[in-house]
Amino acid sequence: MKQIFALLMCVALALTSCGEDMDDNALSNANINFKFSHTWDNTLINSSNLTTQTLTNENGENINITRIRYLISKLQLVNSSGTTFTFDGYKFTDLENEDTYNFTPENNSIPTGTYTLKFVWGFNEEDNIDGAYLDLNSASWNWPAMLGGGYHFLQFDGMYNVDTTPSPFNYHNGTARVSVGNFEQNFAIIELETPLNITKNATINVNMNISEFFKNPNTWDLNVLDTPLMPNYNAQKMMQENVMSVFNVEGITQ
Amino acid sequence: MKNWIAYLLLIVSVLACSKENASDTETYEPTPLPLNIPQIFSNNIIPPVIPNNNPQTVEGVALGKKLFFDKTLSANQTIACASCHAPQNAFTDNTPTSDGIDGIFGTRNSMPLFNLAWNYGERFTWDGKELSLERQAIEPVQNPIEMHSDWDDVVDRLQADNDYPELFRLAFKTSTITKELTTKAIAQFERTLISANSKFDRFSLGQATLTPQEQNGLNVFMDEEKGDCFHCHGNPNNPLWTDNVFHNNGLDATFTDLGLGGVTGDPSDNGKFRSPSLRNLAYTAPYMHDGRFATLDQVIEFYSTGLQLSPTIDALMKKVDQGGVNLSAQDKADLKAFLLTLSDPSFLSNPDFQD
Repeated sequence: MKQIFALLMCVALALTSCGEDMDDNALSNANINFKFSHTWDNTLINSSNLTTQTLTNENGENINITRIRYLISKLQLVNSSGTTFTFDGYKFTDLENEDTYNFTPENNSIPTGTYTLKFVWGFNEEDNIDGAYLDLNSASWNWPAMLGGGYHFLQFDGMYNVDTTPSPFNYHNGTARVSVGNFEQNFAIIELETPLNITKNATINVNMNISEFFKNPNTWDLNVLDTPLMPNYNAQKMMQENVMSVFNVEGITQ
Repeated sequence: MKNWIAYLLLIVSVLACSKENASDTETYEPTPLPLNIPQIFSNNIIPPVIPNNNPQTVEGVALGKKLFFDKTLSANQTIACASCHAPQNAFTDNTPTSDGIDGIFGTRNSMPLFNLAWNYGERFTWDGKELSLERQAIEPVQNPIEMHSDWDDVVDRLQADNDYPELFRLAFKTSTITKELTTKAIAQFERTLISANSKFDRFSLGQATLTPQEQNGLNVFMDEEKGDCFHCHGNPNNPLWTDNVFHNNGLDATFTDLGLGGVTGDPSDNGKFRSPSLRNLAYTAPYMHDGRFATLDQVIEFYSTGLQLSPTIDALMKKVDQGGVNLSAQDKADLKAFLLTLSDPSFLSNPDFQD
C-alpha cells in the first residue's frame, strides 16, 4: 500500500508542481484588468498621432500635443450592495508608450457581480508621499517640495496657436499651493456611474477625453493660462474641477 | 523492498521543476561582481539595467578596463577610448568635438560616462542611435573619424597579444577573442563607472549642508516660474539629474544635425538630443551635443534669453517668445552655485577607474 501511495504522490506532484496556481473559485470570482484609451472628442489619440494631430480646444485655439503623462491610483469596484474592492498599486500612463495603457493589479480577483468603478486622480493625501515611489522618481514624476511635494497627477505639454504664433503650454496638475508653505490637496475622486456586470474574467475599458481638460466646467483660455501653472492656485483648482468629466467607462470585455 | 523505485520517482518529481544542475565536472567560472549600488540610488530610484547575457564579473571588468585604456583598438594604435573619455574629465574630453587618429574632428561632443546602467531606456549617445552599451562600443572602433579600425584587425591584434587570450579566458571562459566579447568587457567596465558622492548627494543623506546661495539655486532649479530645470534634469528624488529622454531644447531655429530624427527618420524627432546628466558639470565643459558653449554661464544665459523657436521645440521651453525664462543675475549666480554641488571629485580620482 505504501508503494501505491508513494506512486500516487509522485504522479500528483508531477502533474501539479509546475503549473500556475489554479483559481480556487473559478465559478464565483473574476480577474479584472483595465484598459485605458484616449480621445480628443471623437479622434482616437495614441502613440502614433499624439504629437502630429492638430486639435482645436473649446476656446478655439489650435494645439499640438508634445506629451501627456498622468497618474491614477486606488482603483475600486463598488458592488450594488455597497461593498468596495480596492486594487493595489497605481497606474502611471505615458501616452507615448501604449504598454502603459493597460493595468493589471497584482491581486485582481473579485467576486462576480455588478459594480461601478471609482478611482483617485493622482494620489490622495495619504498616498502622495514625497519620494516614496522609486519607479515614479525614476520617471522624474516628482512635484516640487516648494509646491507641497509628492507627485505630479498630470503633465500635459504642447503648443497652442500653432497656426499663428506658436507658444508653449504646460498644463501640469498636482498639489495646490495656497501661499508660501501652505498647501491644499488637489486630487479628485472619479466615480463613474456606468454599471459593470462582471460575470467572468473581464477587462474594463475606460476612456479619457483629453479635450475635457479645456472644457467643463471651466473653458480654458490658453492665451491667459499657458505657463507656469504649477504655482498658480486658481489654475490648479480649475484643473481639479475639469478632470471630473475627463473619464468615461466605455464598457467591459469578457 | 521495491519501495525505493517509488521513492526515487517521488524525488525525480520534486526535482522536475528545478533548474538544470551544472555538470558535475569542475569548471572554471568568473567571479560575479554585482554593481556597488550607492545608497542615494537605492533610496530613490529603481535598480540598474544589466543585460542577462553579460553579467558583471571581476575578470570581465578588469579586462574591460584594460581594453578601455588600450590604444591597440585604434588602427594606428595612437588613441584609446580614454583619449576622448578621460577619467579626469568625468570620462569626456575638453574640446567641443573630438578628433580621431587622422586628426579629423567629429560633429558631436564626447559624452561623459557615468551611471550608465541607470539609463533605463537604454538609448545611448546624443541621438539615441545605440541601443545598448555593448553595441555602442562597436562604433568608435570602426568609425573612420574616430579609431578608424577594422574590427577583424583589432581582434587579430588582441589574439596575438601575450596577455589578452588568457584574460578573455578568465572573463568569458574562452581564449578565442571576438568583437562581441571585446565590447561586452568594455561595457562591463563602463557600468562600474558610478558617480554618487557629490556635495548634494551628501546633503540628501544628511551629511552636508547647502549654503544659502546653493539652496536658493536649488529653488531656482525647481521653480516653474524661474529655471524650471527639473522636468528634464532630475530633482532631489532623482539623483541621476537627467531623464535620459530626447528633447529639442531650442538651440537652433533650423537644424544642421537632426539628432534623434536622423535615427528614427521621423521629422517630429528632428533637433532632439538626449538630456545629459548635470552631475559633474564642473569637469565636462564645453556643453551641448556640439560643444558650442564653453562655460556654464553661457549655458544658463542660453536658457535664460537665447531660446530659438522651431517646429519641434519642446513645450517645456517656456517663454520662447521672450528668449527664455529671463533669470535675474542673482538667480543665475545661485543656480550655478547649486549646479556645482552636483560635482563629485572622488569620481575623478577613484583608483578603480585609472589606467
